[in-house]
Amino acid sequence: MSIDMAQFHQVFFEESFEGLDIMETGLLNLDMGDVDAEDINTIFRAAHSIKGGSGTFGFTAVSDFTHVMETLLDEMRDGRRQVTQPAVDVLLGSVDCLREMLTAIQDEQEIDVPSVTEYKKALEIELNGNQVNEASPENNSVAPPGEPVLELGSEKESEGGWRIAFSPHTNLLKTGNDPVRMFRELASLGELAVTVDFQGVPDFYDLDPEECHLSWNLDIAGDIPISEINDIFDWVEDDCDLAIQPLDERSQNDNGIAPIEESSVKENANQQSSEPKTKTEVVNKPVKPAASKKQPAKPAAKGSSSIRVDTSKIDTLINMVGELVITQSMLGLVGENFELNKLDQLKNGLSQLERHTRELQESVMNIRMLPISFVFSRFPRLVHDLSTKLDKKIELVMVGEHTEVDKTVVELLSDPLVHLVRNSLDHGIEMPADRVAAGKPETGTITLEAYHRGGNIVIEVRDDGKGLNKDMLRAKAIEKGLIDEDSILTDKQTYELIFMAGFSTAEKLTDVSGRGVGMDVVRRNIQSLGGNIEIISELGKGSTIAIHLPLTLAIMDGQSIAVGDERFIVPLGAIIESINVNETMVNRVAGKGETFRLRNEYLPIVRMHEIFDVKTVQATKLTEGLVVVVDGQGMRCGLFIDDLLGQQQVVIKSLEANYRKVEGVSGATILGDGSVALILDIPGLVRLSNQ
Amino acid sequence: MASILAVDDSASMRQMVSFTLKGAGYTVVEAVDGVDALNKAKTQKFDCVVTDVNMPNKDGITLIKDLRALPDFKFIPMLMLTTESGMDKKQAGKAAGATGWIVKPFNPDQLLKTIKKVLG
Amino acid sequence: MAEQAEQVETEEKKLENLVQFLSFTLGDEEYGVDILRVQEIRSWEPVSRIPNVPSYEKGVVNLRGAIVPIIDLRERFGLGHLEYSPLTVVVVLQMQTAEGKTRVMGVVVDSVSDVVDVDKKTIQDAPNFGTKVSTEFINGLASVDGRMVMLLDVEKLLKLDGLDDDDEN
Repeated sequence: MSIDMAQFHQVFFEESFEGLDIMETGLLNLDMGDVDAEDINTIFRAAHSIKGGSGTFGFTAVSDFTHVMETLLDEMRDGRRQVTQPAVDVLLGSVDCLREMLTAIQDEQEIDVPSVTEYKKALEIELNGNQVNEASPENNSVAPPGEPVLELGSEKESEGGWRIAFSPHTNLLKTGNDPVRMFRELASLGELAVTVDFQGVPDFYDLDPEECHLSWNLDIAGDIPISEINDIFDWVEDDCDLAIQPLDERSQNDNGIAPIEESSVKENANQQSSEPKTKTEVVNKPVKPAASKKQPAKPAAKGSSSIRVDTSKIDTLINMVGELVITQSMLGLVGENFELNKLDQLKNGLSQLERHTRELQESVMNIRMLPISFVFSRFPRLVHDLSTKLDKKIELVMVGEHTEVDKTVVELLSDPLVHLVRNSLDHGIEMPADRVAAGKPETGTITLEAYHRGGNIVIEVRDDGKGLNKDMLRAKAIEKGLIDEDSILTDKQTYELIFMAGFSTAEKLTDVSGRGVGMDVVRRNIQSLGGNIEIISELGKGSTIAIHLPLTLAIMDGQSIAVGDERFIVPLGAIIESINVNETMVNRVAGKGETFRLRNEYLPIVRMHEIFDVKTVQATKLTEGLVVVVDGQGMRCGLFIDDLLGQQQVVIKSLEANYRKVEGVSGATILGDGSVALILDIPGLVRLSNQ
Repeated sequence: MASILAVDDSASMRQMVSFTLKGAGYTVVEAVDGVDALNKAKTQKFDCVVTDVNMPNKDGITLIKDLRALPDFKFIPMLMLTTESGMDKKQAGKAAGATGWIVKPFNPDQLLKTIKKVLG
Repeated sequence: MAEQAEQVETEEKKLENLVQFLSFTLGDEEYGVDILRVQEIRSWEPVSRIPNVPSYEKGVVNLRGAIVPIIDLRERFGLGHLEYSPLTVVVVLQMQTAEGKTRVMGVVVDSVSDVVDVDKKTIQDAPNFGTKVSTEFINGLASVDGRMVMLLDVEKLLKLDGLDDDDEN
C-alpha cells in the first residue's frame, strides 16, 4: 500500500508553525524564579510533536534539530536542569531557526545549513556545557521513517528452529494481548507445534476467567532469525516467563513435537509472580538509520488565502442549516395542499425561516471574524527582544485578545501596531534608573487592549512612560515649519502634531523605531482602513494611543431612521438617546449653526435633510421630528430626523468596492426588501455639518 | 470491518493514521486528545485504540488506563504511538494496560502491519 | 493549396482584428462599448440616492449583494435628462482595477441597439469635433452600416470623478 505522504505536509506545516508560536509564547512567559512545570511541559509537547511529525514525514533535518531541543526541554521538565535565561534565549533562537527551516521546506527552498548548524551547536553547548557531570550520550540522530532494520542481538543462531517456553503471567489478557494472536504470527514464520500446559489452572470456584493460567511450549521449525521471534514477544516480555532455545536436530527429527519437561513447566507455572529466571534473551533492537525514504514533496498551494475556523463556529453553522432544512420541509408540507386555514402555519413557518436565515447569515459572516490575538501574539516576543536590546525593563499586558475582528482588518492592523508598540518601547518607557528617579516602578508597563465599541473595534496601546511633552512638541513643530509660531492649539491638536508628515520626536534615529516610517504613515494606514487614531498623554505619566477601526464586513446592530422617504442606518451603539427638542432648548450662534442643551452639554444639531439634501423631507421644524443624540468616536451631536423606524441587524457592505467613499457615510447595507440603505458615519456627519 | 479509535493531538499525524487505516478498509474515529477520546469511547465501541502518548488534557497512558476501566475496552488491543522508545514510557504504558506500541517515526506500511497483527 | 491556405489566413487575420461592441443610443447618438466589458443588461429600477454627489450619479442598487453605482450617461455627457420608464435600460459594465479587483457600475442608456463587429483597422481616432459630448471618454469612431458609432473608453468611464482625489487623502 503506497500512500502519498505529501498530502499531509500542509497540515503538518500549519500545526508546526502553530506549535512554534506556542513554544515562543511559552518561553517568553517563563518566570525564571518560579517555573511552572506544566508550562515547560506545554513547550516540550510542542517540540515533541514537531519532532514526531517531521520524522514521520521525512524532514530529517527538522527532527534532528528538534531532538536536541526536546532533550533540553525534557531535562527541564523533569527538574534535572535549571531553567535559566540563557537557556531560554537559546531555545527562542532555536524556535526562529526551526521556523526558518520549515518555511524553507514549505517553499521548497534550500535549508540554510550553516545557520542551522550554529543554532544546533548553541543548543548542544547549552545541553552539555552547563552540566558537566551529565555527559550527554544521546544519539542525536532520529531514525527516518523506513523499515527499521533489526540487528540480531544474540550470539545464538539456530538453523533448525526454536523451542519457546512461554508462560504468561495471569494479567496478560488485561493488556489486550492474546496468546492466540502471537501463535498465529509464529505460525506465519515456520511450522509450529504447540503444546499446552493446564497445570496452572485453579479450581473452577477459584477461577477468574479474566486471568490467564495456561502456559505453552512452542516448537517452531525453520531457519528463523531470533529477532523475529523476539519481535513477536516484544510487547509481552515483561508479562510472561519466556525461554527461547535452539531446537536440537534430534528433537526436530523426532515427530516435531518436543516432549514437555514436566518440572520446568511446573516451575514456570508456580513462579508466575517471581522474576523470570528463564528469560535468556535480552532483546536489543537499535534502529539502524536507514537511508531516508524522502518522498518528493508535491508543490503545496502557497499563499492561498485560507482561514482557520474554530470548529464550534462550523458546528453552529451545521446546526442552523439543519434547522433551515426542517423549516423548509415544514413549509413544503404547508404548501402542498394549501388551504386558508393553514395561513397561521404559513406565517409561523415564514417567520421561522426569516429567523433562521438571519442567524445563518450571521454565522457565515462570523466565520471571517478572527480574534485579535492573531495580531497580539507577536508582541511578547517583540517586547522581549527590544527591551533586552534597549536595556529597559518592560512588562507587556494584553487585554481583550479574544475580541473578534474581520480577517482583513487583522491582516492590515499588524504593521501599524508594531510601529506603535516600538514607539512606546523606545520613546515612551524610560530607562530603569530614570524611572526609579521619577518615583515609578523600575519595570514599565505597555498595555495592548482591544474591545468593541459600537460598530468599531478599538485597540489601545498604553504605556506608563514619560508621556509627551507639549512644549517640546510645539517647539519642534515650529522648528520644522509645520505650524506658525502664533498658532493656538488645543492639547489634542498639539498631541496630534506627531501624526504630521515630517515630524519625529526622536532626538536621534534609533535602530528600534527610526525606520523611516513615521506616525503619519501609521495614521494614513489606519485611515485607509476607514478608521482613525487618537492620542492622549500626560507628561510623566504615560501615553495612550487608540485606534478605532470599523468591523468591516461585519454584522452590526442598526437603527433605521427615516428622513423624507429615504432610509438610513445609524449604528445602534452610537445612539445615546432620542428626544423631542423644542425651540427653548436651542441656541443659534451666527455662523456656527444650532446647538441645543442636553443636561450640561451643548450639542450641535445636524439637520439630516439639509446636509444630505433630502427633498422629500416632512419635518423641517424641530418640533415636527426627532433629535437622536449620537456619539461617534467622541464626537457627539443631535441628528435631526423625521422618525425612528425599526432596529435590525445589518450586514455592512463596502460602498467603495464599486463606488467611492462618501462623506458622512461609512458603508451600505441591503434591507429586507432588497433596497440599499446607507449607514451613517457620525464623525463624518459632524464634519459635514461644520462645513 | 473493524473500527479503530485514533487519538493524536497532532492533526497531521492523526490524518496520516486515519487515512492509512481507512485506506485499508477500517472504520476510523479520530480524537484530538485523551479527553475527547474517552468521551467518544463512552458512546461507541471500538475494536482497537491507537493513541499518541504525549497529549494535552489527558495523555495517552492515562487514557489507556481510563479506557481499560470501561467494560467494552477491557480486552481490546490498545497501541501507543511513541517516540520515547525508552523503557519508562513503555513500562508505564504496559502498567496502564497498553497492548503494545508503535515507535515513531513509522510509515503507513509499518502501521498497517501492526494493526493487522493485533486485529488478526 | 497554397492559395487556399492564404485565404484561410486572411480570414483568420480578419477575425483577429474584429472587436465586438454593444451599441446603444443616447438621444440620436449611437455609442458602443467593448462587449467584453458588459456584464449584463438590466431594466431600470429605483436606486438609493447618494447625498452630495453630481446629479448624474443617480445612486446605488443591490446587484446580487454587491452595492453598485448607477450613472446616467445622458447627464454625464450633458445630453439632458430623459424620464425613466420600465423600458429604460441599464448596462452593467465591469473592469479590472490595478489591484486585480473587479469594479462594477451600471450606466443608464436610452436603449440597446445591437452587437456590432468592428474591424480594429477601421476605427478612427476621435476627432475633436465640437459636439456636446465630452470627447474624453471616446476612444474612437467606427462606421457600422453607414452609421457612426462612438466607442467609449470603459476604464475612463468607470473612474468616477473624485475617485483619484480620494486616494490622495
